[in-house]
Amino acid sequence: MATVYCSLATVHFEMSRQLTQRLVFTLITLAAIATVTPIVFVVGYIAYLGWPAISWSFLGEMPRDGMRAGGIWPAIVGTLYLTLGTGLIAVPLGVAAAIYLSEYAKDNRLTRSIRIAIINLAGIPSVVYGLFGLGLFVLFLKFGTSLVAGCLTLSIMTLPVIISTAEEALRAVPQSFRVVSRSLGGTKWQTIWRVVLPQALPGILTGVILGLERAAGETAPILFTAAAFFLPRLPGSIFDATMALPYHLFVISTQVPGMPIQIQYGTALVLLVFVLSMNVVATIIRSRARARRQW
Amino acid sequence: MQQPAPARKLPELLIESLIRAAGYSAILFVALILFFLLREGAPAFAEVQLSQLFSIRWYPIESLFGLLPLIGGSLIVTLGATLIAVPFGLATAIFIAEIAPRWAREILKPLVEVLGGLPSVVLGFLGMLVLAPIVRVTLNTPTGLTAFTGSLLLAGMALPTLVSVAEDALDAVPKSYRDAALALGATKWQTIWRVTVPAARSGVLTAIMLGVGRAIGETMTVMMVTGNAARLPTALNSLFLPVRTMTATIAAEMGEVANGSVHYHVLFTIGIVLFLISFAVNLTASAVVFRQRKRAERLLS
Repeated sequence: MATVYCSLATVHFEMSRQLTQRLVFTLITLAAIATVTPIVFVVGYIAYLGWPAISWSFLGEMPRDGMRAGGIWPAIVGTLYLTLGTGLIAVPLGVAAAIYLSEYAKDNRLTRSIRIAIINLAGIPSVVYGLFGLGLFVLFLKFGTSLVAGCLTLSIMTLPVIISTAEEALRAVPQSFRVVSRSLGGTKWQTIWRVVLPQALPGILTGVILGLERAAGETAPILFTAAAFFLPRLPGSIFDATMALPYHLFVISTQVPGMPIQIQYGTALVLLVFVLSMNVVATIIRSRARARRQW
Repeated sequence: MQQPAPARKLPELLIESLIRAAGYSAILFVALILFFLLREGAPAFAEVQLSQLFSIRWYPIESLFGLLPLIGGSLIVTLGATLIAVPFGLATAIFIAEIAPRWAREILKPLVEVLGGLPSVVLGFLGMLVLAPIVRVTLNTPTGLTAFTGSLLLAGMALPTLVSVAEDALDAVPKSYRDAALALGATKWQTIWRVTVPAARSGVLTAIMLGVGRAIGETMTVMMVTGNAARLPTALNSLFLPVRTMTATIAAEMGEVANGSVHYHVLFTIGIVLFLISFAVNLTASAVVFRQRKRAERLLS
């Protein structure tokens, strides 16, 4: 009799354990779905409402009628310039810093301070970067509100992303590659330049693109350093202010009364395509590199 | 082909010192940022009385520079975002790391990454046009531009960081832990909840902190959807009223102030506050990581 009770209790206990698990797993699955569904919705909704606005003249013309008509060409070009300029500054600097951390730095207090500095750079709010850019580049160095001030500000903001992903990619190259190269008489730098860097390139590239993607989509850092409210021409030099897609979207959706809704969604779509295509390229590079990795 | 060794030496030394300089540059930049924030923000402490900075009225036109409503605004929006993001983020991380079949993982991870790449101004734009009306109707408030609307969107912005860091932490828990728990008769859920998550807790904690850090510094989204009323949130129902955050204040007002004015300096002071908050959050987060690594080294040795 006692055994029966006992096993009944076990069965009951077992069932409640299984029941709990099923219940919790369902909840977790639902939560995960609830987390990603809005992402699909955001992209789909903007694509759906923005698509009718897209035309060659929308993409390639200057804005007219106080931006209520015409195209967004200067904003597209401005964002391209800002992204490329940021890359020109941040990529060499970031990759060099990553090489230092992965190949040269010893595990000491200085290296730890560098890592803490990088973590902090990554956490500083984008609008604080804007303030910093205003204080240093625009006012102190007297660059004015300009492409170059914006690129420099965005570069420093992008740096931590590039450094940490590039360092990870460099560290993933097996030690044996370095040992072999050195034993064949290669110097330390030759080993890095001819062996380690090429192997780490896809990983570095992924990080670079993800960093620049962030720079391309940011508004707050260029708000007081580079962005022009309305400038119906392309910047002529690096000391000119520029229009940019994210800031333009902000302006036309909050500052301009009577703005046709279609132009707003069209601009949002162009910005989204710009940024997400970088994301897709990065993902492709990464998965390809993973597929044909030799080690 | 082989070049003589001395000819190779000099350029190489040069390159190596450049690389070293690049490595140190991160420290330089943090120092520069702090220096220029202080340079432009410190005069505010001479121009505005400290007691005034800690008053509850932000009304720059009448030279009232109380920071408390702005700090309160940032806190309440971030608190709301944390309350939403933590359960959903942890559930998603657990789902991806422990439960999901391979195909679901392959879909979910890139999607979360896409969310991380969405420009904040796009989220703010949709928040204004789509989410705010929904909030207004469901909560029956006079306006949809409330702290809560901001919290919802900020939760979305904090999620990618939270999910990926937490998932990494769960992934790093040795398989033997799980095997042992399962062999002792624990169900999969018991293993996750009693073994895997506790083993990954410092990583999970880091994930939460970094997510919160991300939320408190967000600017454009918050500025577009929270209504920007500088009012000190005193009760929990302030979550459903318009607020004004520190970040939004800087972004909205910096364009209109005269360089060197009191208002200008105070906006930089807000920047200093934000810098210090993010510094504290990230320092704590990295301390947790370092401590964890040390403990792992002790265990392994």
